[in-house]
Amino acid sequence: MSVFNQSRSRIIRLIFLVTFLVIAAQLFYLQVISGKYRQLAIDNAIFPKIIYPERGIIYDRKGKAILNNTISYDLMVTPAEVRNMDTLEFCRLMNIDTAEFKKRMLEARIKNTSVRPSVFEDLLTPQIQARFEENSWKFTGFTMVERPLRTYPFNAAAHILGYINEVSPREIENSGNFYRMGDYKGKTGLESYYENVLMGQRGVQYLIKDNKNRLVGKYENGSFDTAAVAGRGLRTYLDVELQQLAEKLMSNKVGGLVAIDPKTGGILAMVSGPNFNPNDLTGPDKSKNYGRMVLDVTGPMLNRAINGLYEPGSTFKPLGALVALDEGVITPSYGYPCGGRYTLCGHGKPACTHAGGGHAANLRLSIANSCNAYYAHVYRMTVDNPRYGNVKMGYLKWREYMNIFGLGVKLGVDLPSENRGNIPDTSVYNKENDNRWTSCTNLTLGIGQDKMQTTPLQMANAMCIIANRGYYYTPHFVQKIENETDDDTTVMNKFRKKHEVLTQIRDTSFNAVIEGMNDVVKFGTARIAQIPGIEVCAKTGTAENYTILDGKRIKLPNNSMFVCFAPKENPRIAIAVFVQNAGFGSTWAGPISRIMIEKYLNDTLQTKSKADLERIASTNLMPAYFKRLQFKTDSLRAIEWFQKTKDSSYLEKYTTIDVPVSSPPTSKSPHNRLERTELVAVLSFKKKNYPYKTGAPV
Amino acid sequence: MNQRNPAISKGIDWSLVWIYLLLIIIGLTAIFAATYKEGDPIVQSFLRFGTDYSKQFYFFCIGALIAFFILLTDSKFFSATANLGYALGIAMLLIVFPFHSNVKGTESIIKLGAFNFQPAEFCKIFVALALAKYLSRPETDFTKTRSQFIATGIVLFPAALTILQSETGLALVFFSFFIVMFREGLPSAILLVGFAITALFVGTIIIEPNTLAIILTGIAFFVINLFRRQIRRRRRLLGSIILVWILCVGIQRFAVPFIFKNILQKHQVERIYDLFGKDNPYLETGEIVEMTAKEKESGTSYNVRQSKIAIGSGRVWGKGLLKATQTRYDFVPEQRTDFIFCTVGEGFGFLGSIILLVLYLLLLFRIVTIAERQRSVFSRCYAYGVASVFFFHIAINIAMTVGLAPVIGIPLPFISYGGTSLLTFTILLFVLIRLDADRQMVLR
Repeated sequence: MSVFNQSRSRIIRLIFLVTFLVIAAQLFYLQVISGKYRQLAIDNAIFPKIIYPERGIIYDRKGKAILNNTISYDLMVTPAEVRNMDTLEFCRLMNIDTAEFKKRMLEARIKNTSVRPSVFEDLLTPQIQARFEENSWKFTGFTMVERPLRTYPFNAAAHILGYINEVSPREIENSGNFYRMGDYKGKTGLESYYENVLMGQRGVQYLIKDNKNRLVGKYENGSFDTAAVAGRGLRTYLDVELQQLAEKLMSNKVGGLVAIDPKTGGILAMVSGPNFNPNDLTGPDKSKNYGRMVLDVTGPMLNRAINGLYEPGSTFKPLGALVALDEGVITPSYGYPCGGRYTLCGHGKPACTHAGGGHAANLRLSIANSCNAYYAHVYRMTVDNPRYGNVKMGYLKWREYMNIFGLGVKLGVDLPSENRGNIPDTSVYNKENDNRWTSCTNLTLGIGQDKMQTTPLQMANAMCIIANRGYYYTPHFVQKIENETDDDTTVMNKFRKKHEVLTQIRDTSFNAVIEGMNDVVKFGTARIAQIPGIEVCAKTGTAENYTILDGKRIKLPNNSMFVCFAPKENPRIAIAVFVQNAGFGSTWAGPISRIMIEKYLNDTLQTKSKADLERIASTNLMPAYFKRLQFKTDSLRAIEWFQKTKDSSYLEKYTTIDVPVSSPPTSKSPHNRLERTELVAVLSFKKKNYPYKTGAPV
Repeated sequence: MNQRNPAISKGIDWSLVWIYLLLIIIGLTAIFAATYKEGDPIVQSFLRFGTDYSKQFYFFCIGALIAFFILLTDSKFFSATANLGYALGIAMLLIVFPFHSNVKGTESIIKLGAFNFQPAEFCKIFVALALAKYLSRPETDFTKTRSQFIATGIVLFPAALTILQSETGLALVFFSFFIVMFREGLPSAILLVGFAITALFVGTIIIEPNTLAIILTGIAFFVINLFRRQIRRRRRLLGSIILVWILCVGIQRFAVPFIFKNILQKHQVERIYDLFGKDNPYLETGEIVEMTAKEKESGTSYNVRQSKIAIGSGRVWGKGLLKATQTRYDFVPEQRTDFIFCTVGEGFGFLGSIILLVLYLLLLFRIVTIAERQRSVFSRCYAYGVASVFFFHIAINIAMTVGLAPVIGIPLPFISYGGTSLLTFTILLFVLIRLDADRQMVLR
């Protein structure tokens, strides 16, 4: 019997063998060939915990920390561990209601499951933190976690230092996923420009998690962990006392102030008005403050020192002289017989504040007396220089000079979002004048008007060129990066390069311009800037300006401008001050500059300056039209909100309150009331009788 | 063979015993690796029966005791009581229906004090013995269809009862006894037809119905063309080819959907489709959401995915005994029982897995060799029965963990945690060793 069918035992063995071979092949594929399962296992079981380094500290020129780190606390909750707690007491402690409590607990569960801690409230205020610390034993499952925070010990230099905030999804994408959700990143100012230096290097701790995502221990005893490397510090040229003084002077004013050390290009102080306290954008109230500032029409977040565009007016004249001298179209002894207005273009413009008396008999006098006709003519001589054939080529040469001076181009300061100002191209004039134009078309360029626009930084830099007699360093804040790397050196080299801008000009020619500016202080419009013992060179400027409000063009008070440097020999500080709608250059911008120079060079103020400081600081020069503009944008936003959501809670106050306020002098709509067209929308809303609803804040 | 202890050990095949002990050690290690948590007191756990590995160790001790008694038993006892045992087994299966306790959705377990007792598991022993008994009867002529039907009945009756207890996996094990019947002369054609039907089944799942119908028709035309000369001589051949074609299309079009809709349970259909990476087309729209939420998240596709990740992450050398992150931190469900192979795969890598496979293959080949050297048909049939059951368990279990077979909850012999299965496999093996010791004897 056993012989019968015995061959089938071989078939059975074969079946066994083949089956096992198939399984072995699959094992070979899973374990040897395919690498993806290893990665999947790592994703499954290993949690890389990011260790955030301390951000770098920013110091002023004297080594004072002006941007530092401090510790705040986040309240974390692990929902699974919360039991037997007095919810009411907890809510009272945290100043929230029970509905909010439930909402946050649910959010925590959804976000991080109930076994992992999530943020219940971030950045506790010191009061709540103290209250919670006392009672923490009552609330299991809640813990406080340290959270590093930026702090600005001097409450100064908001626009320069910038602030950090959580990265947006777009920034994560742009960084090639270098940043992760929840990371903080410099958003503006030095925080943004030197992000790579300040941020340091993140560390990673590998932790093992189980199937419920609970962390159960270190992976491989932490042998793969990397330590966090703290961010490196920045030593700046800023003088924080000078900066604070400048901010005080510019308070309640619109405009920009820049002070530069001409020898290095280091920026000593930079203020934009209106200003804000940088600490408003850290800490618990940062979102609220941010929202408020974004909606403010005066634009406190805008850095007008590098973004404000101003006609330089008379402050441009020394530059016009330098171009003509370098081109050789005039000599220091060149004079123009000005009779009170410029007549060579037929229309008698521009007019001049002086008439006759040889007030523009030579270059030095023309600056001292700020002769409009002289500089209009010098401009025309420059662009009509026969060497370049026609006015267009001549203009291009002149424009090239402007660009070399740093006007009409970005200077490259170490802040993000710098404006280049405006020195128009020939195409602009070609288009406007049907391709036929002469030097008469834009002769007011010679006195810093027409389409010329500059930023306070550009004008301060221009002063450096004059003070240095022909060269400048790109204005910048950072003097030294702690433990400078090769990458940092490439960044810094840009600021260490000397820009020689005027090569043809002789020292004697420079002296004519500088002496002229000195004369402005001694005998001219800038007498207010006289400081005993210091030779100050300056130029004032006053520019008319207009704005369009409620469909009407209204004239605003003149912009007050002042550029200067001191001392005359071996200059140590160059300043440009622009105060919007404040009147003559010598009234506000002048004394501001003088106080700055005194503070920086003497470290003390004379009695007169102390009094001036208080007077200026307490004077509100905010243009009145802002109030009307604010009301208008707010009410329009409320209407828009109402139209979108049918929520009238914001609109209500604009229909019921009627507060007339002081209006711009020439405006004919003096009341803070909704305009006719706007009222139509409101009335139609009232007719339909929508119920008044309260809605969430915008 | 071995004369050291003539009383008991005479004729005992020690290679099987050694393989058995090796597998037990591997099993205990694997269960230890899968369930040990840092800081567990190991010694105390053995005293208190606290942990799975200590429990399994005591089950092994009980098994060893039973094995010892089996070796003391006379071989004739097994053949003599085979039919009685079968009756007892069926009775136990029937007793389950009124008395089962509802453990984890199965209806096959009786609670006896602290122990969970699963008759369907034990029944394999009785079926193996009874089948051997029937095939070895002098009056049985296995070439006759009638005998083949009776043998099939012996095997499939307990299978049917097990299916009624919602234990499809255990029931499928009984089908492995066809290997025994094949060895004893079941026509190969039946095996081929079985293969063909399986292939058709798989085809139905993978290939779109209309395409498959066209392919089948194409094959039919090809066969007719191939045999056109024979067909000219014998018209009936054409008829049978057409009949087979109609049958195939019928199975594909109606039988398979019928089975999926009415016979198999939803989770089983889901598991089968999961294996081929297809969506189950037999769900109604409302159910899809419910099933995907349940099955996809916590269900079988998650199991298999995690199991493949665990095994795949072991790479060539493995991560080491207690360094396996996937199995140690409970990513693989049921990893101490049905998915125990993951622990081996992750902890000991490709090398360890292959060593285990080779060990199993040695076991199976050794049993086949032993079977072929028996003088008595009873012993041979029983040996093949043991080989078949082991083979089915091993192949299906490992294939399931590596994603080659649908998830069928059957344990890996000697490795998986579980008292009933360890005792069953131990008894199966040691009865064989006992019978083999008396291989010169002719048992009826």
